[in-house]
Amino acid sequence: MAALVELKDIVKTFGTVIALNGVSTSVNEGEVLCLLGDNGAGKSTLIKVLSGVHQPTSGQIYMDGQPVSFKNPREAQKGGIATVHQHLSIQPLMSVTRNFFMGREPGGAGGALGFINMRFANKTAKEEMAKMGIDIRDPNQVVGTMSGGERQVLAIARAIYFGAKVLILDEPTAALGVKQAGVVLKYIAQVRAKGLAVILITHNVHHAYPIADKFTILKRGQSYGTFMKSDVSREEVLGMMAGKEELDALEAELKEFEHTDAAPKSEFEAGVAAEQAASNNS
Amino acid sequence: MAASQATNTDERIRQVSFLNRLLSRPEFGALAGALIVFILFTIFSWKPDINFPGFLRPRAVMTWLKFSAEIGIIGIGATLLMIAGEFDLSVGSIIAVAGVIALTPIVYFGMAPWLAILLTLGFCLLMGWVNGTIVNWTRLPSFIVTLAFLYIYRGLTLVSIRWLTDGSTRVDVQRLVGQHDISSVNEARAFIQSDWLSRMFAGEIWGTPRLFAWLGELGIMPTSTRNILVDGVRTPVVLPVADGIPVAVAWWIILLILAIILMQRTRFGNWVYGTGGHEESARNMGVPTKRVKVILFMGTALCAGIFACLQAFEFGSVDSLRGNLKEFEAIIVAVIGGTLLTGGYGAVAGAFWGALIYGMLSRGIEIVSWMQSDWFRILLGVGLLLAVMFNTYIRKRATEAK
Repeated sequence: MAALVELKDIVKTFGTVIALNGVSTSVNEGEVLCLLGDNGAGKSTLIKVLSGVHQPTSGQIYMDGQPVSFKNPREAQKGGIATVHQHLSIQPLMSVTRNFFMGREPGGAGGALGFINMRFANKTAKEEMAKMGIDIRDPNQVVGTMSGGERQVLAIARAIYFGAKVLILDEPTAALGVKQAGVVLKYIAQVRAKGLAVILITHNVHHAYPIADKFTILKRGQSYGTFMKSDVSREEVLGMMAGKEELDALEAELKEFEHTDAAPKSEFEAGVAAEQAASNNS
Repeated sequence: MAASQATNTDERIRQVSFLNRLLSRPEFGALAGALIVFILFTIFSWKPDINFPGFLRPRAVMTWLKFSAEIGIIGIGATLLMIAGEFDLSVGSIIAVAGVIALTPIVYFGMAPWLAILLTLGFCLLMGWVNGTIVNWTRLPSFIVTLAFLYIYRGLTLVSIRWLTDGSTRVDVQRLVGQHDISSVNEARAFIQSDWLSRMFAGEIWGTPRLFAWLGELGIMPTSTRNILVDGVRTPVVLPVADGIPVAVAWWIILLILAIILMQRTRFGNWVYGTGGHEESARNMGVPTKRVKVILFMGTALCAGIFACLQAFEFGSVDSLRGNLKEFEAIIVAVIGGTLLTGGYGAVAGAFWGALIYGMLSRGIEIVSWMQSDWFRILLGVGLLLAVMFNTYIRKRATEAK
């Protein structure tokens, strides 16, 4: 069976810069694919290619085995690919309902005249948020009063409601505290349980590892490989992401600092050390 | 499920009292301000020896209502545009251009007034389209683009008025005297106000003079004896002290209702808020933000055109200085009304109260005998500052997380 989304040998160049050099990966329904990589590895570019912001220089995207190409984000959305950006595309000073339906407001009896069916919109926003486990008493509540995690959920619930088959989450936990990040990861698991494919972009292995089924590791525009979770440990993933040798070098370097900063053994020694430091400075 | 249990208990919204709810409406500050100004002027102008307090005399009320209405009309346009995150500093200059286009064809080329009005409003839409299109195209801040057009349109007024009138800086219906059997300036003014469309831009709302006369007869409305020309003879007639409700008030209220419906109930209104809140997000969600902006620039210019027609057809004259500083007064009305300067937040209803504050301040200060009207601008400036401080505080309360 063909994967829901498959990226094959994607190359993207910007002038002389090669942002992506032949990256391939795929994701299935009910699966979380984690795109890992350091800053500048090409995660964002890959996502922008998939969500229609950029067109690949070469390579092909397949959905259900059929080749597809998206000229703009709108077309990608119609194709079922929804992106939840880092800034969430959410307006803090507007209500939950208005955010939920921004750009896709439901018309009612007066729809032809451009009227919004507010009753339906409020009801739907409340219901869809409830499905994700967030009980909104007043859908006219301003989003600014919601926590970072709840805003994530709003963006996710909105994408699901508007028929997303593939949900791309760009650094959803980056701006959140430990507890909130955990909450968001739970919601991602919920989305997976609904049968959507999730592509999670992050450089935080500790957030990615518990939720992901599959990792694609990007390094300097190239794919380091795609691994199933069962085949790799957390440390291995971290090692591949940052580069084993580099990490070892860093560790050695840090060890040296440990020596110089090591705490003196007694008060007497501390006094001597302080005196030495003072005389060195003068 | 554990997660939903947790959200049920600690993610609930706080219980918001009625007062808090009222406080967190964007227009609350302006509403409170309008009430305060109204009460203060009523007290200050109260004279026990007359049975009516000065500020509440029907004639005075009509005057400050008319002032509020005129500034309110351009305030509505400015508010919508500001919610979308843009400014139009060329409003005052558009008023000047519109005034010239409204009167010159009638006075110099014998065009029918209704046609001149349609031409004026059409040209205003064009000027707004130019503003919006250039803002979109250059991606420069609208502050800069419309500042340029503040000068361009003002200059255009002077150039065109001189060219069309052979060197004058003023167009006056007086020139019509002697044509169309018109024998006086008053008749000339009546002539340009007489057709179906121009009637909507001068005088009083249909029916209200008769209503006021009736109230006068009943003794509810105070009356006075005035000399009126009847068949060319000055005849004393007992008339109510106010002629009726000025048409500007009708325009104001109608535009206000339309704008409120637009912003609260339509998709376009949602797009306006979205465009001002975070343009890129709105575009990501499929909102045609550029089109929204062009339409709003056109709307602002249209409001300026209506303002210009109201003044041109009432006074029967325009000059190249008309509309001076009106762009800032429109912005003041919007800001006092609680609209955020950076966009994304605000309410049309706020602009209503803002305009009322403006109108009451500007006229009230002349009614209260011990106040010097020279202080008007100082009061307005202080009022603006207080309003912005108050609104910022309220908004913080409204949106701060928990």
